[in-house]
Amino acid sequence: MEIQSCVTILNEWDIVAARQLGRNVAKELGFGTVDQARITTAISELARNIYLYAGQGQLCIDRLNEQGKTGLRIIAVDEGPGIPDIRKVMEDGFSTSGGLGAGLPGVRRLMDDFDIDSNPGEGTDIRATKWLR
Amino acid sequence: MDFSKTMEEKYIDILKQFMESQSEQSLYAGQQFSRLALEQKIPPEEIVNLQKSAMQKLMPDLPDEVWHSYDILLEVMTAYGFAFREYQSLIDTQKEFKNEMEIASSVQETLLGTSVPTVDGLEIGAISVPAKQMNGDYFHFVHDGDHSVNVAIADVIGKGIPAALCMSMIKYAMDSLPEYRKDPSAVLGSLNRVVEQNVDDSMFITMFYGMYELKKHILHFASAGHEPGFFYSERLGEFLDLEARGLLLGVDKGASYKRYEQQVEIGDMIILMSDGVTECRTDEGFIERETLISFINNYITLPPQEIVNKIFRDLEKLQHFQLRDDFTLIIMKRTK
Repeated sequence: MEIQSCVTILNEWDIVAARQLGRNVAKELGFGTVDQARITTAISELARNIYLYAGQGQLCIDRLNEQGKTGLRIIAVDEGPGIPDIRKVMEDGFSTSGGLGAGLPGVRRLMDDFDIDSNPGEGTDIRATKWLR
Repeated sequence: MDFSKTMEEKYIDILKQFMESQSEQSLYAGQQFSRLALEQKIPPEEIVNLQKSAMQKLMPDLPDEVWHSYDILLEVMTAYGFAFREYQSLIDTQKEFKNEMEIASSVQETLLGTSVPTVDGLEIGAISVPAKQMNGDYFHFVHDGDHSVNVAIADVIGKGIPAALCMSMIKYAMDSLPEYRKDPSAVLGSLNRVVEQNVDDSMFITMFYGMYELKKHILHFASAGHEPGFFYSERLGEFLDLEARGLLLGVDKGASYKRYEQQVEIGDMIILMSDGVTECRTDEGFIERETLISFINNYITLPPQEIVNKIFRDLEKLQHFQLRDDFTLIIMKRTK
């Protein structure tokens, strides 16, 4: 069962909209305030990457219900330049946004599951899930 | 999580006590709590949450504005938590690197290992100590029956991992030289071609190669820009430079290496070294070759292995136990 809602990322204000969407869903699903803050930080980071590097894209929030587990999945999709060396951006110390500094590996640590797919010239698809405990 | 439950209880206790007493003792308890939290790798946003829920229990009637203020603090601290996790992960990576380096250095030891030959009438002492974990100096002995003892000493310009990788190649190039090519000038000639073809242009190697003929007691040698060794003549009671001309390995494919000879009498010594010995920097600048000679003179009656050990110990001390370059010293002494 998946119910999805999305925000189109075009400018910095859309990052706020994406955060708001994520926070509403996280609250609704019953995530505590600390996890809410982690989820929105991950959303900020992913939305910011779209805004800075792809120019535009979509950030969607899924409500998950799998085998009795409830979760929230962030899906960040763009058709930007893509990432030539995924291993490199997944290394610590290789900052993508310059903001928080920890980039994608930081997002992975904030969430439970993390999946990235990217092809140069085609764009990037990142999925990050947090499960309710 | 049961554990964070007890952490929460601990925190509430500390907070409650401090609110009542404002004593240094409860502040100290707070510090001990943070130590425990760091050990458990509890990120900062979790601590903010501890504070908020503790306050909700202790003072539930505070105005809404106070509770809202925690949300801003939580948001700010989540970013710090982000950085905290990266730091944790970088520490783990660093530990992995360190372990790998240790393994690499023991692999290198095995790869480059050489044993000092025991030869009747010729005593040999050798020491080689890397400045960092990996050694960019190299020495190697080949004991060729009754005919000769061959000795090679080499130094890669540079140190650390690149130098060590380079040395492993030299060692294998040398092992694969045909048996009949023990002639110093031929050995350096072939190694020069190997280095020229296989090693980065920015890396150079100096090498001294000697063949000590056991029957005639003649040292045949050639050098590829290596730090000149000493020849100690017991009859003269003097140290002479073992001067040999030759270009560094890897500079010019066509370089040739002249072969020199030195007759060795009973009591004479051949002293070979890397520039880590002469470029050992003390408070007064580099040590002079004369200084090194005076060090050797101090121990001249001792067996060669003891001499090299003692000189290393002395020079290590002079440098306040901080080696700046890899250090290799070899002494060969004719005893009969």
